[in-house]
Amino acid sequence: MPRTPSSGHRPADGTPPGGVLLDARGVTKAFGGLVAVNHVDFTVPHESIVSLIGPNGAGKTTFFNVIAGLYRPSAGVITLAGRDITGRKPHEIARLGIARTFQSIRVFSNMTSLENVLIGMHSHLTADPVRIIAGTRGVVVEEAAAHRDARDLLAFVGLEGREGEMAKNLAYGDQRRLEIARALALRPRLLLLDEPAAGMNPEEARRLMEFIRRLRKELRLTVLLIEHQMRVVMGVADHVTVLDHGEKIAEGTPDEIRRNPRVIEAYLGKAALA
Amino acid sequence: MRVLGRLLPYRTALGLLVLFLLYPLIDHNAGHINSAADAAVFVLLALGLNIVVGFAGLLDLGYAAFFAIGSYTYALAASPFYHVHLPFWPMLLVAALTAGVFGILLGAPTLRLRGDYLAIVTLGFGEIVPTVFLNLPKYTGGTNGVVGIDQPVLFGYQFGFNPTPYYYTLIAIIMVSVVAILRLRDSRLGRAWLAVREDEVAAASMGVNLVATKLTAFSFGAFFSGFAGALYVAKLGVVSPDQFNFTVSFTILAMVVLGGMGNVFGVIAGAGILYEFQTLFLVDLTQWSHGLGHAWGIPLLTKLDFVNLKFLLYGLGLVFLMLLRPEGIFPERRIRAIMTERESVATEIPPADVSVADARVADSHPPRGS
Repeated sequence: MPRTPSSGHRPADGTPPGGVLLDARGVTKAFGGLVAVNHVDFTVPHESIVSLIGPNGAGKTTFFNVIAGLYRPSAGVITLAGRDITGRKPHEIARLGIARTFQSIRVFSNMTSLENVLIGMHSHLTADPVRIIAGTRGVVVEEAAAHRDARDLLAFVGLEGREGEMAKNLAYGDQRRLEIARALALRPRLLLLDEPAAGMNPEEARRLMEFIRRLRKELRLTVLLIEHQMRVVMGVADHVTVLDHGEKIAEGTPDEIRRNPRVIEAYLGKAALA
Repeated sequence: MRVLGRLLPYRTALGLLVLFLLYPLIDHNAGHINSAADAAVFVLLALGLNIVVGFAGLLDLGYAAFFAIGSYTYALAASPFYHVHLPFWPMLLVAALTAGVFGILLGAPTLRLRGDYLAIVTLGFGEIVPTVFLNLPKYTGGTNGVVGIDQPVLFGYQFGFNPTPYYYTLIAIIMVSVVAILRLRDSRLGRAWLAVREDEVAAASMGVNLVATKLTAFSFGAFFSGFAGALYVAKLGVVSPDQFNFTVSFTILAMVVLGGMGNVFGVIAGAGILYEFQTLFLVDLTQWSHGLGHAWGIPLLTKLDFVNLKFLLYGLGLVFLMLLRPEGIFPERRIRAIMTERESVATEIPPADVSVADARVADSHPPRGS
């Protein structure tokens, strides 16, 4: 059983469990005439697992990219633990505590697994160029600690012993794990996972959902999960929001969503209801 | 013992270093030592450019601009031109810092550009800087440049026109620079440079400030050219704008590519080999060819001048390098991995879904996927 990399993780920030961690109000994103996300209100309670689902092209990833700062919203306000983060740059948002993975894996292919995770720690390391060149003791100690934490994180996601391997030589599923380890290295409050189960068979997807539950339990993380297939998130999410054509069409517990006629219609078409 | 263990991976480099330290004691030909000292200047330049091109992956075609700025900084601060005669050693650092500051100033406008566009803009800066020096005769000496630049003095020892002390100074500065660059490469900063080279969007999402990371790469790259510039003009005694034309930028880039982008020791070898090739080997080759031409009565051979043909030869050399060994003679393992990507399993991974970095700037195209 690998050690839980809890040391140094961000302490709970005073927000009680159930309080709002992420709050998006009236978020709109238009690309020219195409409105990809239209006036979406969305909240993520502290230490919850919330899922955003919807058919292809519903605007899920666009909404994600707006939260992560890759797109500036056309309208709306986003706050993280009460702090306005609307329109901030991606690296600022990352430093404020939102880490993410990508729908199509974006690991640093030509860097080792260990280096990938160390990049996630970038903003927590304090070495400046002058001290680096001088090779001060502080820098050496900090690097050694960072390497240790990175190894722990790799072990935590099940990549023990693969530290020195180039990321691109890892199997597809292992690259997904590496991406999660890299995101965890940021010590986020909120973890955004963009279709983490894509390309996985049902058994792998089930194990992944178990792992996501573990993240909340052991690291006290809040997770926002995008998923295309409804059934994948049913066992793991506390709360599900459904997007279709850029608009929120339903939200509620997985059971409520499963029975919601608008959701069934969006996924299966009108014929399914008849 | 611990120190010995840490030095072990560098034993080849240390062995070569000993050879280089002994070299002036073995070879008493001042011309050879002079050319070795000039080669060392280019080693420093290649080390600096390697940070920008090899580590951060930013193609800079105007690197000679920073060489020029470092050179002029010392030339103007220690010559009869302004009747200022500041001491060499502190000015060496000032020249490097000045070049580093200009690295930030010239790097800042290029930050949104990538690939071909970045190359074109840096090419422009590389031309603009010497042209500015050329067209401000009141402040820089214009075409005539600056003459009578002070030669260094160390504890009362006059460097004069003897190349040997310059050679040793350069070796010392290269050693310090290599240690500094290796430490930077293995630090959070060096990793950020590599991450930016790999995937800007992912790097930004991991908390890497793209602007700061690229600027530090430009700045550190320029910093080392400042050392090279101050030493180069102190040794030569004169500086003029035509010493920094495009062929200089091109030569340094060729050195980095030839040696192996990203590999510090490869780049040193590339610079040394290419410099000696153009100053010693091509001169010798020309003489041999003339000798053969006279002996065999072939007029064509007596007219060939290989030194004038050097860029043709560079070009041919680079074409063959790209065909046979695109990663350079001494490749860094990652660059080798990138260059051989076509044959690897990396093609299994689907391509990126959203080109989000561009979208942030332009917001022009709708994303694919959900």
